[in-house]
Amino acid sequence: MESQELISKEIADLQDSRPGLGQPLLDFAPYRSAVLRHPTKDPRPADPEGAELVAPVFGHSDVDPLEADLTIQSGQSGGEPIGERIVVTGRVVDGDGRPVRGQLVEIWQANAAGRYVHQRDQHPAPIDPHFTGLGRCLTDDDGGYRFTTIKPGPYPWRNHRNAWRPAHIHFSLFGTDFTQRLITQMYFPGDPLFALDPIYQSITDEAARARLVASYDHHLSEHEWLLGYRWDIVLTGSHATYVEPEDGDDD
Amino acid sequence: MTDLAADLAPTPGQTIGPFFHYALPYAHDRELVPPGRAGAVRLHGHVYDGAGNGVPDALVEIRHADPSGAVPAVEGSIRREGGAFTGWGRSTTDRTGRYWFSTLEPGPTRAGGAACFAVTVFARGLLNRLFTRVYVPGDDAALAAEPLLAGLPADERTRLVAVREPGGDLWFDVHLQGERETVFLSFPRHRDCT
Ligand SMILES: [Fe+2]
Repeated sequence: MESQELISKEIADLQDSRPGLGQPLLDFAPYRSAVLRHPTKDPRPADPEGAELVAPVFGHSDVDPLEADLTIQSGQSGGEPIGERIVVTGRVVDGDGRPVRGQLVEIWQANAAGRYVHQRDQHPAPIDPHFTGLGRCLTDDDGGYRFTTIKPGPYPWRNHRNAWRPAHIHFSLFGTDFTQRLITQMYFPGDPLFALDPIYQSITDEAARARLVASYDHHLSEHEWLLGYRWDIVLTGSHATYVEPEDGDDD
Repeated sequence: MTDLAADLAPTPGQTIGPFFHYALPYAHDRELVPPGRAGAVRLHGHVYDGAGNGVPDALVEIRHADPSGAVPAVEGSIRREGGAFTGWGRSTTDRTGRYWFSTLEPGPTRAGGAACFAVTVFARGLLNRLFTRVYVPGDDAALAAEPLLAGLPADERTRLVAVREPGGDLWFDVHLQGERETVFLSFPRHRDCT
């Protein structure tokens, strides 16, 4: 297997040749699985129409409020998951700052030991019988979401020798139109693995990468109970009310 | 760290990774209508990588109008027991890279327009989501007048239109890369942030 030094060199070269990209570079070979799975052509500009202008709608018939607490999902077995109990909360807004209300947020993550409840996860770390690591909620009227969970552990993968993913929570988000669909990963502040990770580093703009990192917020922490992290999500702009910008705006 | 008031730059995407199968799929996720119901059509195909191999860890989502051309904005996509047609569905790919949906065939959302499915594709190894469209075959005049299709070379245009199978189902393959690479789309507000 290839060394971290080689992967890090490839990351640095790509960041030098394609600096400042606010979205991942799809053709990012240091992430080896991307080599055969990235389009080679630029996406074709299109004007959204019809169903593209209307996001799917989710409601209280779809999501039980209990699904936002990942620490109580193995209720019948009665036990609590191992690890640092945390709350992750924030707002989902669109590219114009408008809250995305009543919309579905889905998350999935490894347990405190860095193990997923997934057949393909062969990492020899323990499964936690009291933790599945998946959650759902609907945003509130301010675009707010809130999950109670366990801080996930970093985990090894086979991209290269001694490759480790920084601890993260996978997030799936919808906006008010279909073109705002987003799946991403939220990271924790100060992770020493950031610099080494080709998935995180595929975003070549440093400020954009930092938008994936939650902040510790002591006001969210609860006395003798849990630690609080805040992470706000900005989707791309909605096209439903989009008007081509004109010169001579009155602002 | 984010300061929303100061910074409305979009949050970057990241790959869906290999471990979404226990989280995102749910019962009847790909059955916008039950298979076999009157009017049900199957939209199916494979997701292929640049070597022509099926991608076994992709996720495909569709959004589309009902047969009258109306785009449903009703809840009930996750718990489908209510029976509402929601116009949205989600399908993982199987070990061969195959996805499928059971749904109603969309009608055009404007008079003279071409009916289509809006599609999002995610996969391990794919660092951000991809958008495309699957056009419904049959109305040649509407397809010829469709602005996106009219601007494409003939081979790319053909590949954005589903194939009608003898039994009535619709076949559409997604090629992430290669000679038959699918035409993927960007929308105006996506270009705010690259
Ligand atoms: Fe992960």
